[in-house]
Amino acid sequence: MTDIAHHIPEALLASYVSGTLAQPFALVVAAHVSICEECRANLAAHEAVGGALLDAFDPISITDDLRNRVMAGLDDDIVPEPVRPRGDNTYPTPVLEALGSKPPKWRSLGPGAKQCILNAGKDGSVRLLYIAPGFAVPDHTHGGLELTLVLQGAFKDETGRFARGDLEVADDTLEHTPVAEEGLPCICLAATDAPLKFSAFVPRLLQPLFRI
Amino acid sequence: MTCDMSTTFTEQTEWMLKVRDARDRAAFAKLFDHFAPRLRGMLMKNGFGAAQADDVIQDVMLSVWRKAHSFNPERANVSGWIFQIARNRQIDVIRKDRRPMPEELAMPESTDIDGEQVLGIEQEAASLRAAISRLNPEQRDLVQKAYLGELSHSEIQAETGLPLGTIKSRIRLGLERLRHELKGER
Ligand SMILES: [Zn+2]
Repeated sequence: MTDIAHHIPEALLASYVSGTLAQPFALVVAAHVSICEECRANLAAHEAVGGALLDAFDPISITDDLRNRVMAGLDDDIVPEPVRPRGDNTYPTPVLEALGSKPPKWRSLGPGAKQCILNAGKDGSVRLLYIAPGFAVPDHTHGGLELTLVLQGAFKDETGRFARGDLEVADDTLEHTPVAEEGLPCICLAATDAPLKFSAFVPRLLQPLFRI
Repeated sequence: MTCDMSTTFTEQTEWMLKVRDARDRAAFAKLFDHFAPRLRGMLMKNGFGAAQADDVIQDVMLSVWRKAHSFNPERANVSGWIFQIARNRQIDVIRKDRRPMPEELAMPESTDIDGEQVLGIEQEAASLRAAISRLNPEQRDLVQKAYLGELSHSEIQAETGLPLGTIKSRIRLGLERLRHELKGER
């Protein structure tokens, strides 16, 4: 847990705290924070900024009616919140929730690669990627922001090595070919705001043949 | 580890701890009278109408009562904790879907408090407030927009002009202490 080298950039944390971060990216942030103590602290610091802003708002008076309603609400029975699944060695809690606590339904992306789409909408999409050792991570988008969080195994690309907990932040200026390391299959949580382009998978999948 | 430094905590922390540990209604009423009008200010700034703002305030303040057990003054100050509950509620209302949340850390069995750590968090929160008040109007406006959801992630500048380093390390200390405590309990 302590050797995570690639963390969440400040602007993304602030955006998560403010609630503007699109759902697919918010899932990646929540997953990383679940397993990274440094970013958990950083996130709390950004929440403290929110708190300081709240403190600074000029108070606007509250009606007696609202106050009475809230005070009366204290007597309501407290419905216990559903127990959240506990993160395991691969999938952190928010990912398990996105999976409905069922094992991922993998669909093949060709040799050495599988995916399981967790959420796709107008805000972008987020998926699990499964890359067999030695194979390249299929490049599925061009343009926009792309977050890739390693949940198991590791990959390497031109910018460095990414192992469990590491987050790669890429935009369309980054030309890279991530390749899964030998050992455990590499499982990543990947979010993008660009539309899905399935056809783009094909040429990329041929790359392992030439690189290994 | 119990200590009686608690008399030196801020009123808000004192109230919140009484709500958490003693389900103290009078303390809750004080929290309400302090935070509800400020939440209203924030919601109006966010474009909420009066009735909608009232609904959100009601939900947020009742969540404060119901989720009080998860308040940990060694890791968060009361305002930041309430802000986060309020943002979640606003997102529910605006987007009709829930924001994915990190796994919560277990709470230690004991309610002993490391007074020095709590004071440290409070001091950092106070210096953050001071730093915000010292920002020039444009910067301050940008920070407000960034945290109140008026800017997209690509519009938020990495450099807010706020010194976040010290509060981060202070919170990290709180997390380390918690992890240590949880290990001891197992
Ligand atoms: Zn991190």
